[in-house]
Amino acid sequence: MMPWPGSGVQVAWALVLALVLAPWLVGCDDRPWNDPYPRDTATSNTLYSSFGERPKHLDPARSYTSNENTFIAQIYEPPLQYHFLHRPYQLIPLALAEMPRVRFYDAAGEPLPDDAPAAAIARSEYELRVRPGTRYQPHPALARDAEGAPRYLDLDPGALAGIDTLGDFAEHGTRELVAADFAYQIKRLAAPWLHSPINGVMREHILGFAALGERLEAEDPEQARARVALLRDTEFEGVEVLDRYRLRITLEGKYPQFSYWLAMPFFAPMPWEAEAFYAQPGMRERNLVLDWYPVGTGPYMLTENDPNLRMVLERNPNFHGERYPDSGMPGDRATGILDDAGAPLPFIDRVVYSLEKESIPRWNKFLQGYYDFSGISSDAFDQAVRVDASGRPMLTETLEARGVELMTAVQPTIFFMGFNMLDPVIGGDGQRARLLRRAISIAVDMEEFISIFLNGRGVVAQSPLPPGIFGHRAGEAGINPFVYRWEAGRAVRRSLDEARTLMAQAGYPGGRDRDTGRALTLNYEAVATGPDDRARLNWLRKQFAKLGIELVIRSTDYNRFQDKIRNGTGQIFFWGWNADYPDPENFLFLLYGPNGRVEHQGENSVNYTNPEFDRLFERMRNLEDGPERQALIDRMVEIARTDAPWIWGFHPRAFSLYHRWYHNAYPNQMANNTLKYRRIDPALRAELRRAWNQPVLWPLGAAAAVLLALLLPAWWLVRRRERSRAL
Amino acid sequence: MSAYILRRLLYAIPILIGVNLLTFVLFFVVNSPDDMARMHLGEKRVTAEAVAAWKADHGYDKPMLYNAEAEGLGRLTETIFFDKSVRLFVFDFGSSDDGRDIGRDIAQRMWPSLAIALPVLLVGLAFNISYALFIVFFRATYVDLASVVLLVTMMSISGLFYIIGGQFLLGKLFQLVPISGYDTGLAGLKFLVLPVIVGVIGGIGAGTRWYRTLFLEEIGRDYVRTARAKGLGERLVLFRHVLRNALIPILTGVVVVLPLLFMGSLITESFFAIPGLGSYTIDAISNQDFAIVRSMVFLGAVLYILGLILTDISYTLADPRVRLQ
Repeated sequence: MMPWPGSGVQVAWALVLALVLAPWLVGCDDRPWNDPYPRDTATSNTLYSSFGERPKHLDPARSYTSNENTFIAQIYEPPLQYHFLHRPYQLIPLALAEMPRVRFYDAAGEPLPDDAPAAAIARSEYELRVRPGTRYQPHPALARDAEGAPRYLDLDPGALAGIDTLGDFAEHGTRELVAADFAYQIKRLAAPWLHSPINGVMREHILGFAALGERLEAEDPEQARARVALLRDTEFEGVEVLDRYRLRITLEGKYPQFSYWLAMPFFAPMPWEAEAFYAQPGMRERNLVLDWYPVGTGPYMLTENDPNLRMVLERNPNFHGERYPDSGMPGDRATGILDDAGAPLPFIDRVVYSLEKESIPRWNKFLQGYYDFSGISSDAFDQAVRVDASGRPMLTETLEARGVELMTAVQPTIFFMGFNMLDPVIGGDGQRARLLRRAISIAVDMEEFISIFLNGRGVVAQSPLPPGIFGHRAGEAGINPFVYRWEAGRAVRRSLDEARTLMAQAGYPGGRDRDTGRALTLNYEAVATGPDDRARLNWLRKQFAKLGIELVIRSTDYNRFQDKIRNGTGQIFFWGWNADYPDPENFLFLLYGPNGRVEHQGENSVNYTNPEFDRLFERMRNLEDGPERQALIDRMVEIARTDAPWIWGFHPRAFSLYHRWYHNAYPNQMANNTLKYRRIDPALRAELRRAWNQPVLWPLGAAAAVLLALLLPAWWLVRRRERSRAL
Repeated sequence: MSAYILRRLLYAIPILIGVNLLTFVLFFVVNSPDDMARMHLGEKRVTAEAVAAWKADHGYDKPMLYNAEAEGLGRLTETIFFDKSVRLFVFDFGSSDDGRDIGRDIAQRMWPSLAIALPVLLVGLAFNISYALFIVFFRATYVDLASVVLLVTMMSISGLFYIIGGQFLLGKLFQLVPISGYDTGLAGLKFLVLPVIVGVIGGIGAGTRWYRTLFLEEIGRDYVRTARAKGLGERLVLFRHVLRNALIPILTGVVVVLPLLFMGSLITESFFAIPGLGSYTIDAISNQDFAIVRSMVFLGAVLYILGLILTDISYTLADPRVRLQ
């Protein structure tokens, strides 16, 4: 017999009631109903943040993006770090006891003085002294039995039954950090199976690194555990473990920027036991891999790793300890940023990162106090920021009333519009194309672009170097004279008439080729997907139209766009670069000829070549900061401005908001490990969250009343109709 | 019936091969193995050697569909298509391109999808059927007219509007439920309220109109007239006769989607930060992770076929006259 359908309907209605009543069932205390966190965490010393995209790699040999660094920079400790408050950016020891000792040698192996010319230096030696007593976070890979043998390094697959996370292992151990762990990690960077993104760079600099990679490739045993053994057993001349705490890295020639690399997680120590642990059969099938479960010595350790839901960092009980800096920049003491000077780090016990893919819910949860800090998406910009008469960004009254604070900082990044220098029309070093590029540079109004499309969050670039990077010049000395003139104390864009004159000089009067009479048509390579892009592209067309140039938008998907850049078939395109380290070399190399994309697969995406620029670059990159280096940079910038391979675009300005209970926010665009400096006031947060999130109950009553008002007449009508007689 | 089911299962094999082939072709029309390698290796400092090594490691260094350099059967088997497809037929999904076990991820992520989709289906079904019966009861009156206008209006509004509107009203303005998020166990209940309400309301327009049409078609039939002639009340006629006889088309719509409930909703999961299979698929597409994309498409096809077979079986339960041969 068939079940009576009405019973299913009743069950479903019961479910509706259960769902509607759910908030009452689970929230019968004074906590806000919309609190997304467990009730016992309301006043805990926990920081709440979000992530929009799950990190791809948490292995320091592979990770290279900012969203991954958010996590691993708190867990792994490379040899050096950036001082939290000092500017210009200053490197200080992190996993090391002191700054590396650098020695130079000539081709005969004779020592050279520190100020020896770069050409004379055949080798550079970096001696690293590891801080004794540093211990790794608790981890099953480091657990040992009563006899001192590794507890979990020789497991058979059956022993993993019931194991889903690292927390399921009964025992966790630790051991002291030693110099060999750094050597092991450097060898990992050379391992072809790990695909480290800096493998190519290090091949050029670390002695024997390329040969090591080839040897590892030739001997690759393919089995994960055998690879660990191979890495441990293989020695190479570029890295030598001198004793338990000392390590020597030898570079070919001089490479001053190597110190900056030592401040990146790529060079963080790796205990071989961790890799051996994860290499055991059955681990990968459980997603227990080093790429997902880091093992570090830093202030935090990853205790929950569900990149589909949330990731949780907790204080590392074995952390070696560090103190909040006691010096900063002039004026820092007055702002209160040094109030915690000398206090032990980290301040926060636990950090919860929740997956939040869309900007609207993320923003609303920040407003409700459920995230402690936030960026500002374009959608929410008007709700957060207003601009005063002088152009200074200020918080809106609503946010000010909530005690939210705004922090802005120009990022060490440049976005530019590139001209493909291999293109026969717009590229090359001929005067005609050069004048055309300069004319376009004037016509494309970057101030307007920043105002319309970035809500003013950017500063116009005058050269490849962002503010804060050595070599950048501000004020009148820093303007690009081909695009701006200095008037009344500010840079003013040159007029369109001047641009049109340049066009005429280039042989394109009114945008027409003087020889053929045809209108000049240029192609813009775009990766356009949405309505926002359309507005931007229309704006761009208008900029070119000011000079009579027809701009054809060649929109494609990102893969094809990259192909065009790689093959040099694009003409004009937008591109950007985010600094690896705060050195002018890391920006000027974007215009270095031997770094050309098409010929050398380098980062010079416009394939610009100028022999003088290249010569100066080769000298500049090996110099210490100082007048000589500044003079070289000035000349290089002048050459680049003259040739105009880029429209110099803009440096984005990051806007961050944080609540009044969040302390020690300070703009540091290079350091990724700043979580340890943050402090929160959980009691104040709990109090404000309660005040801000009182449920509004009248809509429930109103909804019930409306429902009743609809149902009662309907019920009455049904009854009346049923009782009425047929005609 | 067993023979019928067996035959349907055998039919499924060429369909699944076809689906797999189509997915493969469509995916690689847009993304080449080089693109995939570059996506996974990042944008900075990627060398051609690194790209080649990544492709070799992940099995993308072979010819796509036909290996002219191989001999015999190897021409077909020593290809990316064969390598990546054959294990799917024993439901071995392998590893994603970033090294995670896909089967494990699917097993973990189908429950959040189900936690949203099942209540939305059940509550939506109950509400839509009830409302459709109510409209049919008052057919050809102002109640009917007003309801149809309301339903068409609701149908015309984008699903995204309901999501953002729901988050704004219930989450932000009235502060009754969390705006987004997910948790397991009882703690997760408060996160389900909003997406379920939004899902149900978003489905009222189309669902109720569809059921109304079905019921109106039934209500004009002879057996209904006979029931009324016997003196049955309108309510009994509707529930006992019209609803029961309209079950077959309702079952067609409902049973076929039952297995697909596991697959989740792309937009809902994204906006409510629900770690289900819908967002898993979207992430895989944007990350050019072919291993996950092919697994999810294959799984979707299998579940759809399963849904169709279940629908056929449910016919026999709903209507004893139906025989599967």
